[in-house]
Amino acid sequence: MKYHFQTAEDLIKLTKLHKVPISEIAKLYESQRSGSALSTIRNKMKLTRDIMYKAVKKGIKSNKKSIMGISGSDAQKVYESLKNLKKMMGNKVTVRAMAYALAVGEQNARMGRIVAFPTAGGAGVVPGVLFSAAEHFKAGKRKLLRGMFCASAVGIVIAEGSTISAAKGGCQAEIGAAVAMAAAGLTEMRGGTPEQCFDASAIAFKSYLGLACDPLAGLVEVPCIKRNAIGCMAAIGASDMVMAGVKSYVPFDEVVRAAKDIGRTMPRTIKETALGGLAITPTGNRLKKKLGLRITREL
Amino acid sequence: MNEISIFDIAGPIMVGPSSSHTAGACKIGQFARALFHGTPRKVTFYLHGSFAEVYKGHATDRALLGGVLKMRTSDPLIKDSFKVADKKKIEYEFKKKFLGERYHPNTVEIVLENSRRKLSVIGSSVGGGVIEILKIDNFNIRLRGRAGKYLSLVVRHDKNKMVIPKLKEKVNALKGIRVHDVEQRTYKDKTLSILHTKGRRIKLPEVIELEKSMQHVDFIRSLSKLEKQ
Ligand code: SF4
Repeated sequence: MKYHFQTAEDLIKLTKLHKVPISEIAKLYESQRSGSALSTIRNKMKLTRDIMYKAVKKGIKSNKKSIMGISGSDAQKVYESLKNLKKMMGNKVTVRAMAYALAVGEQNARMGRIVAFPTAGGAGVVPGVLFSAAEHFKAGKRKLLRGMFCASAVGIVIAEGSTISAAKGGCQAEIGAAVAMAAAGLTEMRGGTPEQCFDASAIAFKSYLGLACDPLAGLVEVPCIKRNAIGCMAAIGASDMVMAGVKSYVPFDEVVRAAKDIGRTMPRTIKETALGGLAITPTGNRLKKKLGLRITREL
Repeated sequence: MNEISIFDIAGPIMVGPSSSHTAGACKIGQFARALFHGTPRKVTFYLHGSFAEVYKGHATDRALLGGVLKMRTSDPLIKDSFKVADKKKIEYEFKKKFLGERYHPNTVEIVLENSRRKLSVIGSSVGGGVIEILKIDNFNIRLRGRAGKYLSLVVRHDKNKMVIPKLKEKVNALKGIRVHDVEQRTYKDKTLSILHTKGRRIKLPEVIELEKSMQHVDFIRSLSKLEKQ
């Protein structure tokens, strides 16, 4: 396959060879893989974008509790704070990104319709960062799509070299992957080179290596939803550093290898089993009891 | 070819809360139902690993059952799949069971039955809504549920060299469809063959016609109606 890639190195080579950005290679790859026309793929991504957008819009307005009742109105609070930015330390882009990410996370917990990007648990980071940035740039929808395609290509590199399953790799595989993807997507939207995109991904991903997946009572709510918001800050921070001239000392492909190894050696209790970490704190156990789940240990 | 799709990453479009425990579970259910063909009266889900630990909070149970009821991953009805099954008088049960070390932590065995047949399917949800089917009855296989690539036929037949070449010929004779690749597993005197096809989707009447016209074949199932993402 002409546009086949598995690693960042493959991808960067392809972008050089064809003199196009990562997002373009992602489109060509998908077109070749599926046999669909480029326009079909672009339309499919537009549909994806629209569904994400609806989830964001619904989420920032709603204060309905989740099905299990432990999350539900934070997106609205943070979004409201945009009216009084003087009080906040973050700027408009970061605070709005957090509000959007919380919105998607809360919609997900309400069993609303979302796009798993790359997974449902980490679905808030990419739309949070990219939508907020697009509004800032007053970017056309085109640029936003570029960010999404670029982020997806990075997701493929992670899925090929490691995993995007928390049951296999812990939260580094969900929020960590999403943050790495968003960092690259944002960097491409800002006009960064493919190398810079992967530098941003590497810096972001390194900060998430080893993160436990320890959701309370196994629900994708605590700590998941807020981790999406904080993940936006990490992605934007990594991209900012790269645009200021910083590089990642460890190349992205090696970070992915590290993630795989850490995932393999990580204890089962913190890999989406709700048997360790935050899940077995007194607060976690209280919730387990409420839902009739077995209590194994308390910290 | 098994390349991951861009839309395996930017997707699936789904109802929450978990891509592996909700959307992936739903897809395994859809798969099992497509292989079963017909309406089951009773469905038993054996939950393994992380599926067994946290299925409740992720609505894995509702999603698995929803999939068996042919709901899509983005169908808001998944929330109410228990009610839908009750209405359709389909019995369902969830049990925890360790299926073996070799399986991914997000794995389920689904046993579907009615008065005419019984079928068991083992499937894993390997992340981001991507699934793999690893066992159908006694046959160990590996069907990767890649986005938009469900154009396969699953055939159980007597262990007999002549069956598949003949069937291949017949499929290739259909307009716009070509057999691209065949995988086979044999258990005792039966063989399970998976014919990966290319081109258009095969229609149900065509599948039924093929099944009728072939000797030594127990069943032919098409996966081409399965959800494309
Ligand atoms: S803690 Fe686990 S369930 Fe929650 S977002 Fe992270 S990986 Fe997903």
